[in-house]
Amino acid sequence: MKFGILVNEGPFTHQASDSAYRFVLAALEKGHEIYRVFFYHDGVNNANKLSEPQSDDRDLVKLWSALGTEREIDLVVCVAAALRRGVKDDILAEGFRISGLGQLIEAGVESDRLVVFGD
Amino acid sequence: MLHIVNKSPFERNGLKSCLRLAKPGSAILLIEDAAVAAVAGSAPAKDIAARMGDFSFYVLGPDIDARGLGDKELVDGIKVVDYGGFVDLTVEQDTCQSWL
Amino acid sequence: MDDFDEFDGDGPEVVKRFMYVNRRAPYGTVYALECLETILIAAAFEQDVSVVFMDDGVYQLKKDQDTAAIGMKNFSPTYRALEGYEVEKLYVEKESLEERGLTAEDLVVPVKVLNSAELQEIMAAQDVVLSS
Repeated sequence: MKFGILVNEGPFTHQASDSAYRFVLAALEKGHEIYRVFFYHDGVNNANKLSEPQSDDRDLVKLWSALGTEREIDLVVCVAAALRRGVKDDILAEGFRISGLGQLIEAGVESDRLVVFGD
Repeated sequence: MLHIVNKSPFERNGLKSCLRLAKPGSAILLIEDAAVAAVAGSAPAKDIAARMGDFSFYVLGPDIDARGLGDKELVDGIKVVDYGGFVDLTVEQDTCQSWL
Repeated sequence: MDDFDEFDGDGPEVVKRFMYVNRRAPYGTVYALECLETILIAAAFEQDVSVVFMDDGVYQLKKDQDTAAIGMKNFSPTYRALEGYEVEKLYVEKESLEERGLTAEDLVVPVKVLNSAELQEIMAAQDVVLSS
């Protein structure tokens, strides 16, 4: 089955990004396809490669980035939400790309299920 | 439809609104802070028990354990799932809605 | 709609029922504004779009919002523009309005006020439900 995932919160204040990441891993494990992960609202902060969590903490930016590069999952950051928050191409972690909200709607159209994680 | 609730009912009204708007026959999954509602004897557990005939209730085990509630009895009839079980629920149900 | 030709595929264009559920008041958090941005974009995709305002989401539609003194942009007039984008299915939950001492007269746009049982049926019939 094809999944679209929407992540509405950043990597630190809320559990949303963790839950979404665990869900994606479990879905891949079961042989499902992740059509796209779309990051909106403060979720765009998941793509900020300048973030430096403490060494004993999980690093969601790196974890997502690895999924994007190693498993070729399409990680899309909403351009309007990103610009507001200063997330631009030069601080974008590898594996993410910045694009429009249309990519979220497209994920809704093309996926069998769209699962939303947020606050 | 799978309804996903992620906020503690002691803090927010997501569970209450979900119970009002979910169509009988739906599945309801408690994740993140909403997992606390699954503990037997808690105030929200009564609301869940009262609707056990209308919905199938699930709670995400990792969120129960993370909050130190793994040793607590849960509402009768609620099923504990892991992330794989969460994925299965989204597959079994034809849509999902998150009550953020 | 030439820009969206890629979604035509080989067969007829996919039309899904998209529902946007608004449950938060404006200004206190950014969700109402950013959800509105999504709805405006979604309209261009020619999907079957409906928008629900319930719980504190009903405050998004309250008339006479005046944000001058909090220094934020009043985006409530945009809800009136939705019709121009062919987003015409605006639903407000009756119970949420009543709980807050409001009526349909208090709102900036004409909406369909539904009780929770009626809204339940419409929600259950959706293909994609977005919340923020």
